[in-house]
Amino acid sequence: MANTQQLEDITTQVRRDILRMVHKVNSGHPGGSLGCAEFFVSLYNEIMDRKEGFDMDGIGEDLFFLSNGHISPVYYSVLARVGYFPIEELNTFRLLNSRLQGHPTTHEGLPGIRIASGSLGQGLSVALGAAQAKKLNGCNHLIYSLHGDGELQEGQNWEAIMYAAGKNVDNIIATIDLNGQQIDGSTDTVLPMGSIKDKFEAFGWTVLEIEKGNNIDAILKGMAEAKSLTGKGKPVCVLLKTVMGNGIDFMMHTHAWHGKAPNDEQLAIGLAQNPETLGDY
Amino acid sequence: MKTYENQGNNDTRSGFGAGLTELGRTNPNVVALCADLIGSLKMDQFIEENPERFFQIGIAEANMMSIAAGLTIGGKIPFTGTFANFSTGRVYDQIRQSIAYSDKNVKICASHAGLTLGEDGATHQILEDIGLMKMLPGMTVINTCDYNQTKAATIAIAEHKGPVYLRFGRPKVANFTPVDQKFEIGKALHLVDGTDVTIVATGHLVWEALEAAKALNEKGISAEVIDIHTIKPLDAKAIIDSVSKTKCIVTAEEHNHLGGLGESVARVLSQHNPTPQEFVATNDTFGESGTPAQLMEKYGLNADAIVKACEKVIKRK
Repeated sequence: MANTQQLEDITTQVRRDILRMVHKVNSGHPGGSLGCAEFFVSLYNEIMDRKEGFDMDGIGEDLFFLSNGHISPVYYSVLARVGYFPIEELNTFRLLNSRLQGHPTTHEGLPGIRIASGSLGQGLSVALGAAQAKKLNGCNHLIYSLHGDGELQEGQNWEAIMYAAGKNVDNIIATIDLNGQQIDGSTDTVLPMGSIKDKFEAFGWTVLEIEKGNNIDAILKGMAEAKSLTGKGKPVCVLLKTVMGNGIDFMMHTHAWHGKAPNDEQLAIGLAQNPETLGDY
Repeated sequence: MKTYENQGNNDTRSGFGAGLTELGRTNPNVVALCADLIGSLKMDQFIEENPERFFQIGIAEANMMSIAAGLTIGGKIPFTGTFANFSTGRVYDQIRQSIAYSDKNVKICASHAGLTLGEDGATHQILEDIGLMKMLPGMTVINTCDYNQTKAATIAIAEHKGPVYLRFGRPKVANFTPVDQKFEIGKALHLVDGTDVTIVATGHLVWEALEAAKALNEKGISAEVIDIHTIKPLDAKAIIDSVSKTKCIVTAEEHNHLGGLGESVARVLSQHNPTPQEFVATNDTFGESGTPAQLMEKYGLNADAIVKACEKVIKRK
């Protein structure tokens, strides 16, 4: 068990990884990655019950699916930091012949990845399939998934949300990154979605909110509660209220850094706000 | 010339249902999914015998394809069942990202392909699906010709690791290939020996090609007939070997001439052995309502059309 300070140190290092990865290739999505850094660090270090090493079927362990694949920087950083592949490989993000493609893929055989994602709206369905495979295999471990709030504008999500409740898929915790931002602006200006909580509940899900989605203690407490609600006949949704760009002051509370990399000067400022903890890759 | 006996008309979709039932009994990893078309896909028996391995998704094909991708994570071999139109065009991006690019072991089983779906009309008659699916890297594309072959192919694809598109149809058609045959993916079937023209056909057009060969034989024309059940990977050698003897070829399929078997054959021949070719296929058009026989007649997809194409291509030698 890591303590909160240790997890915060990892998060600080992950923020540095994210900034350095997108800066080097002048592309990628830092905003949403930074907003979910605490969640990923908590998930992979504390929340999920994982086996050593990696095999595709993942029987006997909890599995995670990232539906909003554009936040690959945080995914890759955390996968490397917990040991799925060497941290030096973060240097190859988005480069030719890299396993760290712009969006996550199984195609290059990167350990830790079980499905390609990036074309939005498919991840919840995939996660439900994996959840049902777990049931068929008599495996009591859980499926975790993450989705953007803007991503819920894709209709396939609602097919999956309806299915999960209708078929009592209760071994899944689907987390929505509720940062209120998408590429073109705030979700309210692009396409107001009303209450996401009400919608999930109307479809028959158990919904739990984590108000401080960038606070590690709040995440650990909320996800523990979510886990306690699984296995009761209903799928579980966590609404994780995060700040896009969290941890880099000039990137916070705006959609401007959704898909834009910092320049040299901005990188220096961002790194100064997040001193090295575990050592840069 | 060698002739084939019709063992009694039957539908290829029932061959799929029979194959799936057998897989249910022999392979515990096989699971099935359907989007509210159990009866049309003949999945009833599998479901009755294996209720825990069947997933009724409802009318939500996108969800079905992605759930199938997820089920492979844990070692399952999902067979999805719906009409060809809803198995391909409607869910192309789900198949592309979550199945093909992710190299998931999903078997996309597509019934009611082509014009022979009949009276429902063009909204349901897809004539573009072979093209859509063969363009996806890593996708195997199979179009079976009769009940026996469809049953055998259904069983065979469970043993093949990787995504497969299995295309079959609705009407009862001649059943003439051997009972309990072993189906070999990617291996063309040499049905009739001939010297004047090669006919390569897929799906429902294979029986029509055999009928055409008989009619040509009566006219003193010797036609070689090859069943190309696997459009990708294509058995290029079988085609090249045949045209090196006959010097001309007719391709026949229940599909648009753009993107279908004919274009795959033309690509192989243009690279290895340029050969006069005629296409029995639809001519960049949608279908319409009608009986299967009326539609195949109107759109030129029957034995008569194959005979005419053979006579035309022989003159081009």
